[in-house]
Amino acid sequence: MRRRETRLFSYPVTHSTDTKFIVGGALAVTSPERRPPDNHDADTTKSEGKSENEHNQNDMTSDGDTIPAPLDDPASENEIEPDGGNNPQPHTVRLELTDEPGQLLAALQPIAENGGNLLSIFHERGNLTPRGRIPVEVDLECPPDRFDIIVDALRAEDVNVIQAGAERYAEEVIVMLIGDLVETDLSDTLERIEECGSVSVADVALSAPEGRDDVSSARLRLATRAGRTADAIAAVRDVVADKQLHIIEPLTEEAI
Amino acid sequence: MADPQSRTTGKRLAVVGAGAVGGAVVDLASEYGHTITAFADSTSAAIDPNGIDTDAVLTRKDETGTVGESDSSVAVDATYDVLIEATPTTLGDAQPGFSHLRTALERDRDVVLANKGPVAERYADVQQVLHDSDGSLRFEATVGGAIPVLSTLEDISPAQVTAVRGVLNGTANFILSRMATEGINYEHVLAEAQDLGVAEADPAFDVEGTDAALKCVILANVLSTDNREYTLADATVDGITNIPGSALELAAEEGRTIRLVGEATPTGVHVGPRLIPQNTALAVTGTRNIVQLETTNAGQLNLSGRGAGGPETASAILADVSRL
Repeated sequence: MRRRETRLFSYPVTHSTDTKFIVGGALAVTSPERRPPDNHDADTTKSEGKSENEHNQNDMTSDGDTIPAPLDDPASENEIEPDGGNNPQPHTVRLELTDEPGQLLAALQPIAENGGNLLSIFHERGNLTPRGRIPVEVDLECPPDRFDIIVDALRAEDVNVIQAGAERYAEEVIVMLIGDLVETDLSDTLERIEECGSVSVADVALSAPEGRDDVSSARLRLATRAGRTADAIAAVRDVVADKQLHIIEPLTEEAI
Repeated sequence: MADPQSRTTGKRLAVVGAGAVGGAVVDLASEYGHTITAFADSTSAAIDPNGIDTDAVLTRKDETGTVGESDSSVAVDATYDVLIEATPTTLGDAQPGFSHLRTALERDRDVVLANKGPVAERYADVQQVLHDSDGSLRFEATVGGAIPVLSTLEDISPAQVTAVRGVLNGTANFILSRMATEGINYEHVLAEAQDLGVAEADPAFDVEGTDAALKCVILANVLSTDNREYTLADATVDGITNIPGSALELAAEEGRTIRLVGEATPTGVHVGPRLIPQNTALAVTGTRNIVQLETTNAGQLNLSGRGAGGPETASAILADVSRL
């Protein structure tokens, strides 16, 4: 049975960091799970959608799970393959849907039919994209060579794919920054760190017990691309050196 | 009063340097079956080819500040089998430690170093002098105090060790662990450490990372498979003086702490504060040291213990004497 988790909640389409500065005490800055700017070709094809009835005629179990159609590859007929394939990797697809019945189901169908395992769906009802549609973020896993097939299938069904890429931020690392963090514009520091492209600042905690009169400390949880942690830390190192801040780096995982 | 019988057993040792380490070697030598034939501080020396009266000499040092009537410089030319070089570590030309070492090796005597200078700053010169001598050189005490780091490396074979890292300065570790547990700032803990004798009046050598870096440089020299020589100038060094208590608090919220970690890897020598998980092997507390070896076939080895102190370091020196 496919694992299917549907979480419905809203967050702004244009990412913003909710920041509260409390000089003289601890400060926590938490941003929602951030996604990188779209660096894939945005498909502006209008989604025409299908009626709900059309999809209800497809394979739906009583609990709503979708049964994938068999793959056409004859070699796979006699092989038992787990959901998402034998070497699944997480991917995120960002779609935009018109606010009509059956749109979400129409979008999920090509994923399931092409061997993708749905992990979660963020159906952002209440938020609208600039084109007035509803953004939906789908996390799925599948073998690397099947991801493009899934994206093509979505587009073939006229689903508007506004972003598709392998899960970019697969690893997490914590670093500390020390120095005049407020005076040197912490927001700018974080933005410059993210500008390096291989890192997203997932969470920040700032402690400035002496207010602006003394050095402060910040703990950054960085989400980095798989295998790119060293690059991400190097990027942070460059930014903090430029601002005459200090970084305390973690030891590599195998060291501890 | 030393046992007269012990004066004729084991090896004859000349100890140069009368600080905590040199004094402890003199004090403990008879326990290991060795005889002290010369003992020098910076201004004076006690010489007796048949063995000096160690208790009397140490008492004199405590009371008068000198160890004997002879000139300090004669100790390296005295009668001995092994020279114990325990003068303070100096950077650059590593003098006078290097000259002491050279004099002994040119006389085809063995040398045991507690002084890090010669093997951290002039490793190639030391190897050259050693090459031309029938004497041997050991320097276990220069890295990790009582912890048998270099002998373990030797046993494993440096070619089988891919990296070494560790917490190698007890003073810095004492300060960081007190800051973490007590939530107090660097300056307060440093003052406490100085009161306790854990930190020197001038703590720069320890808290700025120089001492740990010298140890890592020595490890890099031992591990070097292509005859590349490392010196302190090849190390990137960052100390702990700018770490506020708030950084340790923030680290603790995520189950982490900060330690001054030194690393000697094929990419070089690095010393600096690092974020590490609490309750892991590297997160030693107080003045304790730890050295972690990454090996090709044996996986990770952790060697932990007292990284400084007179008797502790003397035990490493006397173990080296036994290995000669």
